[in-house]
Amino acid sequence: MWARAVWLTSRGVLGGCQAFATKANPQESGRITAAVIEHLERLALVDFGSREAVARLEKAIAFADRLRAVDTDGVEPMESVLEDRCLYLRSDNVAEGNCAEELLQNSHCVVEEYFVAPPGNISLPKLDEKEPFLHS
Amino acid sequence: MAAPLLRWFGPGRRWPLAWVDSGSRHRRGVPTGSASNRTREQSSVAQQPLCTSQKLRKGEHKWAAVVGLEIHAQISSNSKLFSGSQVCFAAPPNSLVSFFDASLPGTLPVLNRRCVEAAVMTGLALNCHINKKSLFDRKHYFYADLPAGYQITQQRLPIATHGSLTYRVSVGTKRSHMATKTVRIKQIQLEQDSGKSLHDGLRSQTLIDLNRAGVGLLEVVLEPELSCGEEAATVIRELQLILQALGTSQANMAEGQLRVDANISVHHPGEPLGIRTEVKNLNSIRFLARAIDYEIQRQINELEHGGEILNETRSFDSKLGFMPEPNLPPLVLYDTASLPAGAQSQQVINIDQIRDALPELPSVTRERLVQRYGMLPEHSFTLLNEVGLLQFFQNVMKETRAEPKKVTSWVLNVLLGYLKHHSLAVSESPITPSALAGLLDLLDSKAISSSAAKQVFEELWKGKGKTAVQIVSEKQLGLMQDQEALEQLCRSTMEEHPQAVMDMKKGNPRAINKLIGLVRKAALNRADPAVIKALLEKLSS
Repeated sequence: MWARAVWLTSRGVLGGCQAFATKANPQESGRITAAVIEHLERLALVDFGSREAVARLEKAIAFADRLRAVDTDGVEPMESVLEDRCLYLRSDNVAEGNCAEELLQNSHCVVEEYFVAPPGNISLPKLDEKEPFLHS
Repeated sequence: MAAPLLRWFGPGRRWPLAWVDSGSRHRRGVPTGSASNRTREQSSVAQQPLCTSQKLRKGEHKWAAVVGLEIHAQISSNSKLFSGSQVCFAAPPNSLVSFFDASLPGTLPVLNRRCVEAAVMTGLALNCHINKKSLFDRKHYFYADLPAGYQITQQRLPIATHGSLTYRVSVGTKRSHMATKTVRIKQIQLEQDSGKSLHDGLRSQTLIDLNRAGVGLLEVVLEPELSCGEEAATVIRELQLILQALGTSQANMAEGQLRVDANISVHHPGEPLGIRTEVKNLNSIRFLARAIDYEIQRQINELEHGGEILNETRSFDSKLGFMPEPNLPPLVLYDTASLPAGAQSQQVINIDQIRDALPELPSVTRERLVQRYGMLPEHSFTLLNEVGLLQFFQNVMKETRAEPKKVTSWVLNVLLGYLKHHSLAVSESPITPSALAGLLDLLDSKAISSSAAKQVFEELWKGKGKTAVQIVSEKQLGLMQDQEALEQLCRSTMEEHPQAVMDMKKGNPRAINKLIGLVRKAALNRADPAVIKALLEKLSS
């Protein structure tokens, strides 16, 4: 699932198009710049820490690119496999909640009925601070 | 509540990403700071910046500011947008959280009908086009108060688009000179609220309360057509009034039910738009106006000193991190013509039905007040703008015989003046509508003079539970009812001041006023000057 989200977002960056439109101009496959990697890492909190990982990403994109071979002229994009179904509307009644104790059991760290999380954002080192291994 | 997220450091200094805030919507975008990601829109600034054309005249060229607002209003409903947990302001932490809100595996969103109706009502009230089909998306970002790692929103195809909001601003320096302006509404969408984070700096941790996670929000996006803090404040106030009149949101900024983010840039008219910065987390309208004006000024100063505007949180203009919500089919709305036969009424939403049932909007209320009571438009604005004042006014009108214009004047000038001076809300007024009505009745029947009425008002303000009638009798403020006695006083005063009488007969206005003053004093201020004047003239002819 992560890979799919990453794929969609990286297509957006590379193709400059909407994340889920596939009618982009044919792109050259391959080279992904260091700036793009940093962007993706920040968004998806995935660490492309090695050349191999980046190469794998490039291969994944090339693999997905084969979708372009499909002729979609005049075909409306499908929004969801549920698009012909009826969206159920619930009445505005209170029927859930009041289970703080149960929910808090899932948490490793709890303080007085609050979940505990690390402070703020996980700061990633800036591009120039990293070990240089990518040359764009 | 939240510490306002304002960036007001010195010129030329980079702003650090400030994540310390509780209860804010977290906009995590790509930190840019470089020129290549600047947003330069082609749309021109259409409207004259009436309110700030003077203020922005700095340096050699005039500056124009462009302000765009994004408003998040919490929907007033019993349960949340996609789950059946309760919506409530203050409750023990994590007590109003369902399994879905906590994003436990195996849970699915189920749309709340009331939230859809609220969105349609708001869209109609704001003259929007209602999309009969709208879609839900996931917006992905990481933050501890967003347990799913994404927010369900309506990015691609929202429920309402292309609306407008009309408002009035003062033109130039005269207060009474008002102009009507319109701001276009780009779209209205349904989305989930996030939980709340409380930052514990000491122990370097964040405490998460998910009670607010999943509450329904209406996001209202305005086109960047405003030009200063005052316009923004007026627009927000009008939107608040509309939402409150509809009942779709209580729109109380202090309680976080209405959150406003402002995008601000400056440029020279005729040149392309400048770089935007964002001002967020403001919990009062007044503060919002000041923060916007401050930021405009800061940008102007920065640019005039050769600096540049840096934007650290480029928000979700970038279409990244979105995907369709796979668990929700499209939301389909109907009107009377397209209503499917035999459909369950609980499962369909009829736009026409909702339109017919819309409550009276503020603009209509104001028009009605002007028509019915003959007041000036600006009075109607003041009556609606002060919380509770309209109700107060209407209650006084119910109980008094006095003319509407008198009531309007006393409520807007005297009462409101006192309330403002003592920093009180209408609900805290020591004078009740009944008490004021009693006072106005006395005035109307000429039982007291207007100056005596002011004294009675002062006494009523002390809130000791006495009525106007009681105060008048206790303090002997009633006008002399004995015409004979008054005539006698006039005669004796005229006899004591023959010179003034002669001057008066010659038409000297100062002489008349002197005599009136003397008679009044002799009558212990219990005589109306106009009545005295008439008597003096009668006696001297």
